[in-house]
Amino acid sequence: MFQAFLIKYGEIGIKGKNRHLFEDALMQQIKYALKPVEGEFKVSKEQGRVYVEALSEFDYEEAVASLERVFGIVGICPAVLLEDQGFDKLCQDVVSYLDACYPDKHKTFKVHARRARKDYPMESMEINAKLGEKILQAFPEMKVDVHEPEILLNIEIRQKINLYSQVIPGPGGMPVGTSGKGMLLLSGGIDSPVAGYMIAKRGVKIDAVYFHAPPYTSERAKQKVVDLAKLVARYSGPIYLKVVNFTDIQLYIYEKCPHEELTIIMRRYMMKIAEHFARETGSMGLITGESIGQVASQTMQSLAATNEVCTMPVYRPLIGFDKQEIIDVAERIGTYETSILPYEDCCTIFVAKHPVTKPNLKMIRRSEQKLAEKIDEMVQAAIETAETIIVRE
Amino acid sequence: MEIYFDNSATTKCSQGVMELMQKAFLEDYGNPSSLHQKGMEAENYIRQARARIAKTLKVQEKELIFTSGGTEADNLAVIGAAMANRRFGKHLITTKIEHPAVAAPMHFLEEQGFEVTWLDVDRQGRICLKQLEEALRPDTILVSIMYVNNEIGTLEPVEEAARIVKEKNPRALFHTDAIQAYGKYQIYPGRMGIDLLSASGHKIHGPKGVGFLYKREKVKLSPILFGGGHQWGMRSGTENVPGIAGLGQAAMEAYEDLLGKQEHLLKLREHFLQGLEGVEWAHVNGSLSQEEGAYHIVSVSFDKVRSEVLLHALEERGIYVSAGSACSSNKPAVSETLKNIGLDQAHLGSTLRFSFSIYNTQEEVDRCIKALKELVPVLARYTRH
Repeated sequence: MFQAFLIKYGEIGIKGKNRHLFEDALMQQIKYALKPVEGEFKVSKEQGRVYVEALSEFDYEEAVASLERVFGIVGICPAVLLEDQGFDKLCQDVVSYLDACYPDKHKTFKVHARRARKDYPMESMEINAKLGEKILQAFPEMKVDVHEPEILLNIEIRQKINLYSQVIPGPGGMPVGTSGKGMLLLSGGIDSPVAGYMIAKRGVKIDAVYFHAPPYTSERAKQKVVDLAKLVARYSGPIYLKVVNFTDIQLYIYEKCPHEELTIIMRRYMMKIAEHFARETGSMGLITGESIGQVASQTMQSLAATNEVCTMPVYRPLIGFDKQEIIDVAERIGTYETSILPYEDCCTIFVAKHPVTKPNLKMIRRSEQKLAEKIDEMVQAAIETAETIIVRE
Repeated sequence: MEIYFDNSATTKCSQGVMELMQKAFLEDYGNPSSLHQKGMEAENYIRQARARIAKTLKVQEKELIFTSGGTEADNLAVIGAAMANRRFGKHLITTKIEHPAVAAPMHFLEEQGFEVTWLDVDRQGRICLKQLEEALRPDTILVSIMYVNNEIGTLEPVEEAARIVKEKNPRALFHTDAIQAYGKYQIYPGRMGIDLLSASGHKIHGPKGVGFLYKREKVKLSPILFGGGHQWGMRSGTENVPGIAGLGQAAMEAYEDLLGKQEHLLKLREHFLQGLEGVEWAHVNGSLSQEEGAYHIVSVSFDKVRSEVLLHALEERGIYVSAGSACSSNKPAVSETLKNIGLDQAHLGSTLRFSFSIYNTQEEVDRCIKALKELVPVLARYTRH
């Protein structure tokens, strides 16, 4: 029945002179999202509206599901497009539209007409009144409620007449690509994919880095991270994933430094390597899934200690989230099931029984001096041997 | 060159199996139930497979039911026997180290009001025949004891167990999960008192997704799959013709020169066990004797080394082994078998299974031992504290 979607966007509307940039980015993201959907679509911009028009038969459910993942969209309105063939025909079409969309007619409604084309022979108020009357004649069970109608029937008179009454909520946020790029530290746990999702939602393009520690972590653990990146890519678009072999560095730290400090020191080197890649590929910040106090390496003190090695800003969108709140998002965006697969990641394999929770920066630096002999070389090797995987949905 | 020592998880298909299956897929693709020529050609593959397998066990062709694999054969045996014989009693006996394909249906039956006695095993994983004898009751309807344990390779005293069951309660049925034993050992259910025996194709260089249950002629079993009444109503569903043909071929090949094959495997095992003596921190689980330990499975615990890590380290050198039992190794669950032979907590997570096939060589064993000698001491240095 529906041949088009009218796309509502929120925040983009207030971006002043940059507005067209945001709209263009939104259109581009919509086109990308609709690519795998069965059917042909035209995405266009007209008088402050973005339209998706189907040029062929298409899979409605699939199209809606894809649009629901495009950041920047606040509402998706499936619309019927009608040729202007006079008011009587319009009334007939409206009645059959309501009949098809609402099997249960015990509903309140309001007609809301707008004329973008002022040469239409009737005024908006007149259209509202006359159409309302016709609807009441056709369905006596329906009632008018102009304040809080259950059905808000929108009639927009443009080149064609647009008819819509449903709004499917979109994810909100801003179109990806309008706010620069960030480097996500992706582990394979529950948090980091959610962190990536949340930053992407603010319009940021995402790259990712994963630290692989064979034989302590398996190929399946790596596959799991690729799978997670794929799930995030459904929202964020393609992700360039760097896979860094971290085993040698990890074992070297294990040998030279106090065991309780292993995780902190290890994370400091992860940040350094991630920052290197971020610079190399034009990212403007690092993104992590840390949340205060969740584990020993995420206390305020620990975060300060790991943060210290970076000069780039580190974005931690989950910083104030409880675990359950993170899980809720993970479930909603579909990463949870994959995240809980039981493959060990490199942060947990050598974890001490009692890791430091309040690391002293001076002591950490002193411990790191014991690595001086080989660590730069090892970091360099890890950077040089990193593998790049382009992950798309 | 890769070294595949995970033959108890699955095996590669033999060339002969593959060729026969390809013919069944591409040329003789008919439905064996069809009345026309194409159907009959397909049926002939099943007849041939039946005849080949029947010969290896010295049983009648009509005593074989083809299934989707070992798990279904075990389920059919356990649930089917319990359902069909529940009016004689509701007591079942099995061991604590059965494969989940037997243990899980047993648990299911417990929920349905059956009573199950779970037999203990000793350090070697062997059941105690006296305990079995004491557990048998007039209302016992089924005893299920595996032939070879899949995790540690223990050979259970199946023949003696079956004899005890038949002496004490002739009406009780005796099932054996022979999935790790069929194709490796000469098994004659008829003279051994076995009423039901499960086997699987992909453990004997046949295809995955096919297996069979031997059911002694007079034994009553309820089907667990319902439909068009194929295979005498015991297992509805169009037969997996290429799979069954492959299984028949694999069975035939497995029993060609069985003694030669046994000898080859035995030599590999002996060679491996000898080599292990030079590997630091290594302890072999299960029995070292030939009568009590299967010659194609060796379970080894390595002090201080987590099995998953050693597994992946071996993998980096092209050596493929298994941690615990592959069927459950995707979740780091504790192995029931290892727990029940009394392995302590520290060793539960540091046990690997090496399982050999006739395609393996002594040279491969040497290379594996060499890798272990190098890897284990290094890995033992980096452990969780």
